[in-house]
Amino acid sequence: MEAAVAEKRKLAAKDYKSDIKPIWCPGCGDYSVLNALTRALAELALRPEEVAVVSGIGCSSRIPAYTSVYGFHGVHGRALPVATGLKLARPELTVLVTSGDGDGFSIGGNHFLHACRRNVDITYIVMDNQVYGMTKGQASPTTAPDWEGSKLTPEGTGINPFQPLVVGLASGANFIARVSASDPINMAKIIVEAVRHPGFSLVQILSPCVTFRPEQQEWRDIVRTAVVDYTDDAARAARRLMTDDGFNVGKVLYKGSRPPFKPEFEVTDGSIAELEASFVI
Amino acid sequence: MLKQMEGSRAVAEAVALCRPEVICAYPISPQTHIVEALGEFVKDGSLAPCEFINVESEFAAMSVAIGSSAAGARTYTATASQGLLFMAEAVYNASGLGLPIVMTVANRAIGAPINIWNDHTDALSQRDSGWLQIFAETNQEALDLHIQGFRLAEELSLPIMVCMDGFILTHAYERVDMPTQEQVDAYLPKYEPRQVLDPAEPVSIGAMVGPEAFMEVRYLAHAKQMEALKLIPAYAAEFKSVFGRDSGGLVHTYKADDAETMVVAMGSVLGTIKDTVDEMRAAGHKIGVLGITLFRPFPIAQVRAALQGAQRVVVLEKSLAVGLGGILATNVRMALSALPIDVYTVVAGIGGRPITMRSLHGLFRRAEQDDIDAVTFLDLNRAVVDKQLDRERAKRRSGPAAEAMLRDVGVVAAKLA
Repeated sequence: MEAAVAEKRKLAAKDYKSDIKPIWCPGCGDYSVLNALTRALAELALRPEEVAVVSGIGCSSRIPAYTSVYGFHGVHGRALPVATGLKLARPELTVLVTSGDGDGFSIGGNHFLHACRRNVDITYIVMDNQVYGMTKGQASPTTAPDWEGSKLTPEGTGINPFQPLVVGLASGANFIARVSASDPINMAKIIVEAVRHPGFSLVQILSPCVTFRPEQQEWRDIVRTAVVDYTDDAARAARRLMTDDGFNVGKVLYKGSRPPFKPEFEVTDGSIAELEASFVI
Repeated sequence: MLKQMEGSRAVAEAVALCRPEVICAYPISPQTHIVEALGEFVKDGSLAPCEFINVESEFAAMSVAIGSSAAGARTYTATASQGLLFMAEAVYNASGLGLPIVMTVANRAIGAPINIWNDHTDALSQRDSGWLQIFAETNQEALDLHIQGFRLAEELSLPIMVCMDGFILTHAYERVDMPTQEQVDAYLPKYEPRQVLDPAEPVSIGAMVGPEAFMEVRYLAHAKQMEALKLIPAYAAEFKSVFGRDSGGLVHTYKADDAETMVVAMGSVLGTIKDTVDEMRAAGHKIGVLGITLFRPFPIAQVRAALQGAQRVVVLEKSLAVGLGGILATNVRMALSALPIDVYTVVAGIGGRPITMRSLHGLFRRAEQDDIDAVTFLDLNRAVVDKQLDRERAKRRSGPAAEAMLRDVGVVAAKLA
């Protein structure tokens, strides 16, 4: 047993990376997320075959290809339901979903609400750069209403940005944190906590898009470490979020204690006849 | 006015000339440039009055289009591939309600496996949706078909998909003759909706219909589609009188007189086919071409008339009906029922594989000898398929097929050297 543990500890972050070279733009925050994610898996001492990473479509959704763990690259916006099915069928796997503000909050927004409600024990890592990167720079749900950088929103979106942490909290997410891609060490630490916390864990990562939102390179100077530690009181967490400017990072905001969703079947080794007998009125 | 421009830009300018009042879109390659250009026109005021709405998904795009069309606004959207599949429920809803939305489909393959390149499987998956479907051969035709499309859709109160090959047309710079606003205004009358949500005359759109009338309501949709077969030639003729060129119509033959072998296709590949046929004609081969512009409704009588003199028909299509063979070919066969003509299905160019003249020369020459399979896959690398089948026979858990086959062909582009 000790030998097995020692064997586990030998794995380093690089062992969780595949030999496929990422095709993200130089300077993309997602490189840092890949580093933090693999570092977290090493810290968790999980074998690659004990982990599955599920994604949809977008720059962030390329992560499964770049890791050596089980990967699933699916349809745009549907990563959360796929991960739900995977986790229910293989509860022993550690399941992470990597997504972005487009895949996760616009085309897949509906699933986000219900994944939070359902509280399956998975970790949702959302790389938020407030832009659709893969289709070359259109406004996403988290884009500020006055951003005029896209031809698809001729006057800016003019509509309220989506608040993923507020919505996640209100919908029942059991763990909520915001981190910055500019601090991969801390990001790894928070991902470890998110994985260890039972139920649906939401980690929003401010991950700059240097190509279509070059001004986001300033995020590294704007972000600040949140001053208060996490709360287990949802109302208190909500109040904090409502007065938050989106740049308080690096700490867990909320840890709930709702039990995770479990499938409602029991394994029985009794015969069919015995089973049938239990239904006789 | 002659201009050299990208296909997407040409379509966007043509759509703008049609004075749409609401445009809604969600970006997806290779459609994005079209709607981005339209967004620009709205921003700079050259397209006004027009509401441009960036929505959260294709499902929302079609649903917004349904709402605005029901309110009586001339409505446009565009999509491709997965986007078209995602909006499919609303696509059927739009046609079932008789709302004349115009939508560009920048044709692209559908997954899995994920693929962004051109073929026709996206639009053809919606062939029974009740939308009119026309396929452009060139950027000029794509531009012109949008102008005709608004006219046709609004006259029939049916939505229309104008299909153009993704990347091959949408991203190609070609010379186009861009009409003037006066020409388009003269050709395209103001939209007079048959049904409109109007507070002065309240109606409800979207009744539930049971067995007592469902057949009749659906038959009406069919009957109206069939009317397009008469309207389109008339509109194409009128288009020629206003704009001075042939564009659109039902079908087009090329070097078909005395042809023993006829090749049938849709979209931009017709150019490659015609060039190949030119060379074969010069070498004495009796071969001709039938280009199908209108796919829904399917011009059965015109296809039959164009092909009935041939000994054999080669339907070259960028689509695949898995478990059957061809989609276009199945339609062509219906047009040729009871005629003693061999019809070959050739699946070609799916997922963006180039269709080269070299391959076509070989294919057509073998076809002339009746030496091709009833369902042929052009340039299929059978060895790669056999290798995967061997793997699957050898081992129950053979793993994901696409990944293994990519490794076999050695084009995992992102792999480290």
